[in-house]
Amino acid sequence: MKLNFSENHKLLFSVVFFGFIALSILIAIIPAIEVNSNDPMCGVNTLTPAEFRGLNTYVSEGCLYCHTQQVRPLQLDKVFGRPSSPLDYSYLTPLDQIRMTPAVLGSERTGPDLSNIGNRQPSEIWHHIHLYNPRSVVKSSIMQAYPWLYEIKENPDSNDLVIPVPDEYAPKNGKVVATQKAKDLVAYLLFLKQKPIEGISQIEESTSKNLSGSDAGAQLFNTNCASCHQQNGEGISKTFPPLKNSATVNSDNPDKHIRTVLFGLKGEAINGIVYPAEMPPQKDNLTNEQIAEIINYERSSWGNNGKKITADDVRKIRAEGK
Amino acid sequence: MAVERPIAPGKVKIDDLINEDDRLTKLIYSYLVSATAWLIFGSLVGLYLAIRFIYPDFGVAQWLSFGRLRPIHTNVVFWGWTSLAMIALALYVIPRTSQRPLFSIALARKALYVINASILIGVIYLFMGYNNGGQEYREFIWPAMMLFALGIISHTLNFYKTISLRGTKEIYISNWYILAAFLWTIVVVVIAYIPWYQNALGETVIQGYYMHMGVGMWFTPLVLGLTYYFLPLLLNKPIYSYSLGVLAFWTQMVFYSLIGAHHFVFAPIPWWLQTVAIVFSIGMVITLTAGTGNFLLTMKGSFRKVARSYSLPFILVGVIFYFLASAQGSLEALREFNQLWHFTNYTIAHSHLTMYGFVVFLIWGGIYALLPRLTGKEPSHLLIGIHFWFALLGLLIYGFALMIGGTMQGKSWIEGLPFIHSVELMIPYWIWRAVGGTFMFTSHIIFAYNLYKMKPLPHPHKQIDLAGEQI
Repeated sequence: MKLNFSENHKLLFSVVFFGFIALSILIAIIPAIEVNSNDPMCGVNTLTPAEFRGLNTYVSEGCLYCHTQQVRPLQLDKVFGRPSSPLDYSYLTPLDQIRMTPAVLGSERTGPDLSNIGNRQPSEIWHHIHLYNPRSVVKSSIMQAYPWLYEIKENPDSNDLVIPVPDEYAPKNGKVVATQKAKDLVAYLLFLKQKPIEGISQIEESTSKNLSGSDAGAQLFNTNCASCHQQNGEGISKTFPPLKNSATVNSDNPDKHIRTVLFGLKGEAINGIVYPAEMPPQKDNLTNEQIAEIINYERSSWGNNGKKITADDVRKIRAEGK
Repeated sequence: MAVERPIAPGKVKIDDLINEDDRLTKLIYSYLVSATAWLIFGSLVGLYLAIRFIYPDFGVAQWLSFGRLRPIHTNVVFWGWTSLAMIALALYVIPRTSQRPLFSIALARKALYVINASILIGVIYLFMGYNNGGQEYREFIWPAMMLFALGIISHTLNFYKTISLRGTKEIYISNWYILAAFLWTIVVVVIAYIPWYQNALGETVIQGYYMHMGVGMWFTPLVLGLTYYFLPLLLNKPIYSYSLGVLAFWTQMVFYSLIGAHHFVFAPIPWWLQTVAIVFSIGMVITLTAGTGNFLLTMKGSFRKVARSYSLPFILVGVIFYFLASAQGSLEALREFNQLWHFTNYTIAHSHLTMYGFVVFLIWGGIYALLPRLTGKEPSHLLIGIHFWFALLGLLIYGFALMIGGTMQGKSWIEGLPFIHSVELMIPYWIWRAVGGTFMFTSHIIFAYNLYKMKPLPHPHKQIDLAGEQI
């Protein structure tokens, strides 16, 4: 037998074939087994049947082509939450006999990362309005609209989840009602809350390093608040309250304003309107300094003229609690 | 009387026809027809998706949604167009360089049905929302992908038999690359579809391996192998260095295999895996330089011939993009650049520069080199020229728009601007992307027409085998 690759096809192609198998075992299968092992989060980090059906829709509608679920340990990813840990994915298994484990980490960030969307945007109603037509809440969004996840009903009954779609985007006749599929998908999105994991914490703060005053405030507002209250502060009629000309925002006593941002608000009538979506608490998302920046921005924009506050004011109310 | 001026500089007509088994000619042609049908369909889907970025409410229907069409676009152009077209050319190159008829034409014909069925089933299920799990290029459910693997395995047997019964002492370098690509791809597909070690992040590790090897151990070696045949054929001189080809071959196998994880830099997969991937990504510069150098040195002194040929310009572009786009890939793996470009549209530019600029241009060069010689029918030189320029111009517009836009996206994130800013700033670049895509799609229609013009005659009269195509 000649030990010459170019003359001995058996030798050449055996080395090519088995050599590659050996390399593959080393670089793919062994590391995969290493990270595939069960871990303490199993049992804690599991999906309810509704959330699991939601994950199925998430995969079949290809949400993961535009949204990552992968917060990298980088300053620029900080806005999406703490760095992802292998434990965050422990709930993922093959979907069924035909399909495999979904690749939720993603490779493209055409839309924002969703690792922590359940905390960043906890409002169920917001998600439904957004899925029905993303442009109804985020004007320049290019996301796919999912009207087929909703039914139009003339007379919804009391069990129906009616979605308060803004007039401009709502159907001419009838009400938009969420199907089970839509409810499941939103259940999965709200499941995406980063749980505290020992040893993994938020990376150091320096977001507003180059910015000061109203620039930082505007940026923080646009990132954290504008998807409901809108960049022009006008909110969305009957769905999300306006901040422009709001009594709370313009009042000389800022306590209520600070308290609302810190601890959220639900079911309270504002100018005689009870809004269907709740205001999510921001106490765990934002620091006292950031909240002060946002509140001062709100108090000095869109014609508002409220008294300015300091981070110490926020600290005081935070300490008082709800 | 006015002198007649041609619109384009005259290209040399081919005069070296190949005397080949009619059955093989027809088989190769039917592979190319299938491939081109998938190309038209796949790139039409791509163009539609490009338009959706500008008009997000354009055609709202569940089966036309972005999330369903995107995997259809990628899988169809990968497994339908590019793979079938490369197999078509390999069906000629392997028997030719082995100086032995193809072991079984019937088996190769069956494999075409099996692979077409695989893609059709995979696509229908994707339309229905039955996605394997959103793992890029692995979205076909396993019953569909199993058929694809079956097709690949039958070709492997067919080619192995042909090579083992060769009439030459040495195995020509093309066949190293081509058969290796088939063997490697079988391994890659089998590993990717075994579920046992793919819970949670296990899936991510395998996905890094799969999406990388699917490209680099299938398309790259296969199309390079074809080029090691067609380039010397067209230039009528031997390849510059056999040893450089061998060096590139072994480094491709060892280095490239280890760098899949560079698609998940900064992800929560083991850090050592990422570092190995980054180190060998840089090692790939050796492979790349050896391969490109070999091709360019073969062309050296023959650039007049390149200008006078209608297939060599495609090959020249393919070789240049092989170097530039692969080097770009190595650069993207470095943590500094990865931070700027990962998750942005820059990566979409990269994948098109490699798959289209490199792989597809080399395929077109091979098709225009082979088919007229096989069938004795030449398409209009002007139309080949239009195909070439539309495809190249379209790709450059596409690539630059997304590279610039992607960089801006990355900078916007690093500056900590609100996320929606990175969407708004992309709009002009997405418009340019759609313009580039339109050029590319138009060139595909012209190519399909050219392919039709090269259709073999039902009863071809035998041509004389002229010297020149032998290596």
